[in-house]
Formats: sequence, C-alpha cells, structure tokens
Amino acid sequence: MIEVLNLSKHFGSKIAVNDLSFTVQKGEVLGFLGPNGAGKSTTMRMVTGFIPPSSGEAKICGISITNNPTEAKKKIGYLPESAPLYNDMTVVGFLKFCAEIRKLSGSAKKDAVERAIETCFLGSVANQSIDTLSKGYRHRTCLAQALLHDPEVLILDEPTDGLDPNQKYEVRQLIKRLGETKAILFSTHILEEVEASCTRAIIVDSGRVVEDGTPAELIAKAPHGSLTELFRKVTTSDTTA
Amino acid sequence: MTILTIFRRELKSYFAQPTAYAIIAIFVLLSLGFGFTFGDFMNVGDASLQFSFFFWHPWLYMLLAPAIAMKLWSDEQRNGTIELLGTFPVSTWAAIVGKFLAAAAVSLIALVLTFPIVITVNYLGEPDNGAIIAGYIGSFLVCCTFIAITMLVSACTRDQVVCLIVSVAICTLMVLCGYDPVTRELAKATSLGTVEAIVAFSVWDHFTSLNRGLLRLQDAVWFTGFISLCLVGTSTILSAKRA
Repeated sequence: MIEVLNLSKHFGSKIAVNDLSFTVQKGEVLGFLGPNGAGKSTTMRMVTGFIPPSSGEAKICGISITNNPTEAKKKIGYLPESAPLYNDMTVVGFLKFCAEIRKLSGSAKKDAVERAIETCFLGSVANQSIDTLSKGYRHRTCLAQALLHDPEVLILDEPTDGLDPNQKYEVRQLIKRLGETKAILFSTHILEEVEASCTRAIIVDSGRVVEDGTPAELIAKAPHGSLTELFRKVTTSDTTA
Repeated sequence: MTILTIFRRELKSYFAQPTAYAIIAIFVLLSLGFGFTFGDFMNVGDASLQFSFFFWHPWLYMLLAPAIAMKLWSDEQRNGTIELLGTFPVSTWAAIVGKFLAAAAVSLIALVLTFPIVITVNYLGEPDNGAIIAGYIGSFLVCCTFIAITMLVSACTRDQVVCLIVSVAICTLMVLCGYDPVTRELAKATSLGTVEAIVAFSVWDHFTSLNRGLLRLQDAVWFTGFISLCLVGTSTILSAKRA
C-alpha cells in the first residue's frame, strides 16, 4: 500500500533523509520513531506529495506520487504535524470544504462529514469557529479531515501531540481500529504508543532506518527490555555534537 | 470544479472577516467622494466619467488591491494550511486561479456598488454609456493587474505586512511612472527611449485608452499578459519554495 524506495532529501548540503526504504501493507500500523530532526516529517511530506524527493520514489497503492500526484493523493488521508486549519471557518464548514475538494457531493458529502465528526468526537463543537477551539479539538478536526474520504492510506504526523491522556487513549484506539482495514504510517516520539497501537515500528536516525521490527522484537533487542533504552542506544542525541 | 470550491472558500473567508466590507466601503466612498469633489463632476458640465471618476481608480487600487490580495498565499504559509492544500488532490493552478478570482470578485463587487454615479450622469445628461462600460472594464483590469502582482509577492513571504508594503510600492511605481507630470519630468532628465521603456510598464496608457471607449487589442494583450505572467510566477515561486 505504501512503498518507499530509496527516498532521499537534501536541503542544500544538509541531508534530511538518506536512502530510506520501507513498506506498509494493508492492515498494518507502522510506527515511525526517531528523535527530533531525524527526518520523520520530511519523509511524510515526500510520501504525501507535499515536497518532491531529491531522489528515490514513493508509491501509494502502486501509484507513484511524483509521476501521478493527483491520483495518488486521492488515496491518502494526511494529518500534518501542526494540524493546520483555516481559522475563519467553522468545524462543519471546514470539513465540508475538504469533502468538496475530495469530490464528494450531495448526500455522500453530508454522510462523510457526519461520520468524521462522530469518529473524532467533534459533535459538541461542530458549529463553532475554528479559532475558538482548544488544541485537542483543533487536532481532532484536522484528523477528521484526513478520514473524510475513507482513504486506503493514512499518514499521521504526531497524531497524539498536544492531547490530554484521555484524548491520547481515544486516538490510539482509533488508529488501532482503522489499521485493521487501512495502511497507516504514524510518527511519534512517545514510545508507549508503539506498544499500544503499532503492528510494526521503525526507528530512524539522521535520515536512515536503524531498527525495524514488531514491538515485541524491538523489546527483545533492547538492553533491559525497555524501548526507551533501545531508542537511546540506536539514536544520536542532539546534545552530542 | 476544484477551482470553484477554492473560489467559494476564499470568497466566504473575505466576508467572514471585516476585510472585504472595509475595503469595499472605502473604495465606494472614496471613488464617489473624489468624483463629486476633486473630480468636479457637477461643474465640468460634461456627461462623461473619464476624468471626474475613473481618473481616481488607479490611485485607490494601488493601495486597496494589495490589501485585498495580501493574505492569499502569506496566510496559507503562516498557518501551515499550505501543507493541506499541497496534499489535497488539487493542482497548484486550480488553487492559484481560484484565489485570484475570489480577490477579483471582491473588487468587482466594490466596482458595481459605484453605480449611483452612473445613474446620476444619465439623469443629468446624455453620456456615452459604451465609454462608461469600457471605463469600468479598464478599471477592473487595472485592479486585477494589481491583485495579480500582490499574489505573486504574497507567494514569496509569510508575512502579510511585508507583502502589503512591497506590493503597494510596486503598484505605486506602476501608477506614477506613466502619470503625465512624472513622465514630463523624466523626459527632461533622460532620453526618449528610456522614458518610453518606463511608461510601457505603467497602467495609464492602457487604462486611458479604454477610458476613452477604445477597445484596443494591444491593451487586452498587455493586461492579460501581465496578469498571466504574475500567476505563472506565483506557481513557480510556490513550487520552488517546496523543493
């Protein structure tokens, strides 16, 4: 479903992503781990077609995102890192706009918006202006946008960032449930999330994959059976120059 | 279809905030106000709107068109919504054209609301209404040109204030460099060739010919060419920024 082949990205002389390859199959939830600046967001931006790769390729359901971006983008639901939204719209207005962009109309549009509102628990703020929402609601509104067209592939950049523990739990359950029928790639640096909702995880550091396996395999490799120890061992801290 | 979706969102966004109302009100009040006062509309005794009314439009647009269009791309970049737009199955072109048309629609509404002066002039005399329509078309095209320039600038920066200042400066230059008193001074200082080159950059020549009721091919080419160039430039800048 998601195929990433030798993907690289350079910004000037800086190498953000270095020859990265992985695949995510249908029914799989891949946790994408790594320290800040490891190239997680850059990779996701390339896979979703927001920025072009310097070399390599990403395919969504067999469609190349560089050669046929419009078709490939139809298959993707994407939650960007900062959960950007149009502040002058209401939650419903925003979701309707996104549904129209996804070529949904009439009752299909209405149903899709209602379903997304229900899935993301937005009922109580549906007619509220987005600039009055709290961070948790903003995040969930942006997540709802990614689910509208019932995409085959979900790419979520830190979906639980800024949520309270209850909301985090809900979102993890949601990811787990959606993962049964979709291919999901989500990034995080909260390691407990990997155990809670991933079927597989990769750890990247300086734009390269340094570990790849199921949560159980990774824990078996870890020094004291803790993912944190493994994470600290295989990644470089930004304080060590 | 997607152009229409983008257009509708942008237009709604203008009227969800005071921006559009303020700009429309200022334009209508000032253009009519200047027409009836400085333009000496009532005393000229000429049933034409060329000097009394349309003359003021480029001066108003050089300040107001950037105010309409400054948010088009800088806001998307500041809020990060450009990342949503860039990952929706929408071409950059559809977004650019949709946004441009929305800003143009705001200015068109403002222009339509100046209709009282047309009624007045028809009540008082027998004007050449063809020339008035041509004047309106010219005025609208000048505004569209300035909107396109501002859109290009807004693609370069995430800061609306920077965008406003730079765009106003460019539009002001485009108004001033073809304004007769300025060209006369320029002619004294430099060669005729240089003056002609500078004047070619100005909106006046094309605007005045339309204002006289002349629909010339060269003006149509100049306006559409200039606007297209700005839109292509916007697309180039947006792609370059993502790379």
